[in-house]
Amino acid sequence: MAATTSVPNAGPIPGSRSFLTRLREGDEIARLITFLFAASTVLVTLLLILELWQGSALARHKFGLQFFVTRVWDPIAEQFGALPFVYGTLITATVSLAIAVPLGIGAAIFLAELAPARLSDALEFFIDLLAAVPSVIYGLLGVFIVVPLMRDYAQPALKKTLGFLPLFSGPAYGIGFLTAGIVLAIMVIPYIISVSREVLMSVPRDQREAALGLGSTRWESTWRVVVPFARTGIMGSIFLALARALGETMAVTMVIGNTPTISASLFSPGYSIAAVIANEFTEATGDLYLQALVELGLVLFLLTFLLNGLARLLIAITSQRGGGTALA
Amino acid sequence: MKRIAGLSVVTLALTMVAAVLVHAALSINGAGATFPYPVYSKWFDEYQKKHPDVQINYQSIGSGGGIKQVTEGTVDFGASDGPMNDEQLKTFQDKHGFGILHFPTVLGAVVPTYNIPGVTAALNFTPEALAGIFLGKITKWSDPAIAGANKGINLPDADIVVVHRSDGSGTTYVWTDYLSKVSDEWKNKVGKGASPNWPVGLGGKGNEGVTGQIKNAPNSIGYVELIYAVSNNIPYGSVKNSSGSFIKADLESVSAAAAAAAKTMPDDFRVSITNPASNKAYPIASFTWLLIPEKFSDAAKRDAIKGFLTWMLADGQNYAEQLSYAKLPKEVVAKEEKALAKVQ
Repeated sequence: MAATTSVPNAGPIPGSRSFLTRLREGDEIARLITFLFAASTVLVTLLLILELWQGSALARHKFGLQFFVTRVWDPIAEQFGALPFVYGTLITATVSLAIAVPLGIGAAIFLAELAPARLSDALEFFIDLLAAVPSVIYGLLGVFIVVPLMRDYAQPALKKTLGFLPLFSGPAYGIGFLTAGIVLAIMVIPYIISVSREVLMSVPRDQREAALGLGSTRWESTWRVVVPFARTGIMGSIFLALARALGETMAVTMVIGNTPTISASLFSPGYSIAAVIANEFTEATGDLYLQALVELGLVLFLLTFLLNGLARLLIAITSQRGGGTALA
Repeated sequence: MKRIAGLSVVTLALTMVAAVLVHAALSINGAGATFPYPVYSKWFDEYQKKHPDVQINYQSIGSGGGIKQVTEGTVDFGASDGPMNDEQLKTFQDKHGFGILHFPTVLGAVVPTYNIPGVTAALNFTPEALAGIFLGKITKWSDPAIAGANKGINLPDADIVVVHRSDGSGTTYVWTDYLSKVSDEWKNKVGKGASPNWPVGLGGKGNEGVTGQIKNAPNSIGYVELIYAVSNNIPYGSVKNSSGSFIKADLESVSAAAAAAAKTMPDDFRVSITNPASNKAYPIASFTWLLIPEKFSDAAKRDAIKGFLTWMLADGQNYAEQLSYAKLPKEVVAKEEKALAKVQ
């Protein structure tokens, strides 16, 4: 720490100097400027909420809470409901996390704990590259590779083996909730791997050495000591991935089928909030129509907010049980 | 050293003056429809070559955006694939104290396209079949409503996969406008608009999204712009018109639809020409419009826009066909030239 190494004659401690002195020395200015930078993020968030709130006034008054439970989205008859879009957003995000979390954390454990450092660094380069690929590229990948594979192989196979479940019933078009979830999973895995790997690598060496010293195997020390120690950070990586999955627009709209349906089947085409806003915003002529789209934006914001809050809560609860880095 | 520095300062100053002079050209801004964008950008480009003092900038942000921006006064003119409705006209009038005029520019058509494994022949579609398919009432290709118009073609007993546009678009507006005219059930249940509540089907983003999904899904049907189908060699079907003939969309049959409408063209040019009464006309076609405010506070701008419109109605029309848009019929051109006087 700077305080313990400072030279005794460098002047009185900061708190005791007069305001003017501090101003002259630049401390106050630096504090003010950095405070403004920090405050601007809060300001932008508040402005965003305000804008979404004001921009959707007409729709909020007309539909009220009905907006959340109405399944119809009919711009011609001016009937608007958010339910199918909320459903589609949540389902695709859930599917993507169900695939991405085990894969991503598994890969991160390998890279951080088990792989030789050179291999780990080389692979990390590719993972960072994947994280930087624009989403429209993932959409194209989805349309040209994932969709035909799903239609011709994966969906018929799932139908044959697990077809008795409502999850895997109905006609297989190749597009739909499942495909969108898979494409999203491919997109968010790099985030989970990258952040989790950093977190795992920052676990103090003592922890591993203590576990090994107590006679555990390499895997036992990793799974029982290192991963629990890093779980707050790993959780953070999952919620980063969730946020991306909820808001992803381009890749989702290319493979989800863009039909506002609520169906238990993952093969069914659906729609997500971000996709419908992107699709319909340009041609939304009526005031009510436009405002209903803005209200969907508000709903997406709320959804992200709620899930983020839940995430914080979860982290708070788990870190009380001991351990945990504060990287989240 | 000093001299070099001085020289470069002078050069820089001269360059800047030159840049300012170039930019001193009158700049006119428009926004709207994406469907006529290729011909519009060609026009604005050609017009600027002839009139270097006028620069027209156009953003193809969609018809809805065009109507909105011209109403808010953030652009000088708008463009739309569907005419503004009475409510929108009133909003404009209330806000500005004067009206807004529609000027048809070119014509386009929307065609049914499909992917049925084993079928290579061009299919014939009756209005009943198209409405039935898009309402979700006709679900098999072997349905008599489709097979009856396609004798000799072996249509499979397979489920039809319907594909439509997911983004709001003028193409969808024309398609649903046609279906509303030929089917009462469509009119009452769905109606016409840029993004209706589709009874069945999958949504694809843009013409390319629809085509992509049709290519991907066997036994599918969708609709795309004629220009898109022609320039990408996508096969499309013929549609039965109001006189009972099956017509394949091309420049000639689209122009015939316009000519049929020309006789009954209303003074404000807000007309739908789907399903016209003409035996040569392709029934799913539409004008696309420029939206010009009646009054301009800036006389130079007004004259420039009028100058462009005059050129567009004459020489400009010759650029349309090479880009697969149908030209305006002579009667409509004459009528528009008269209407130009209303712009003050």
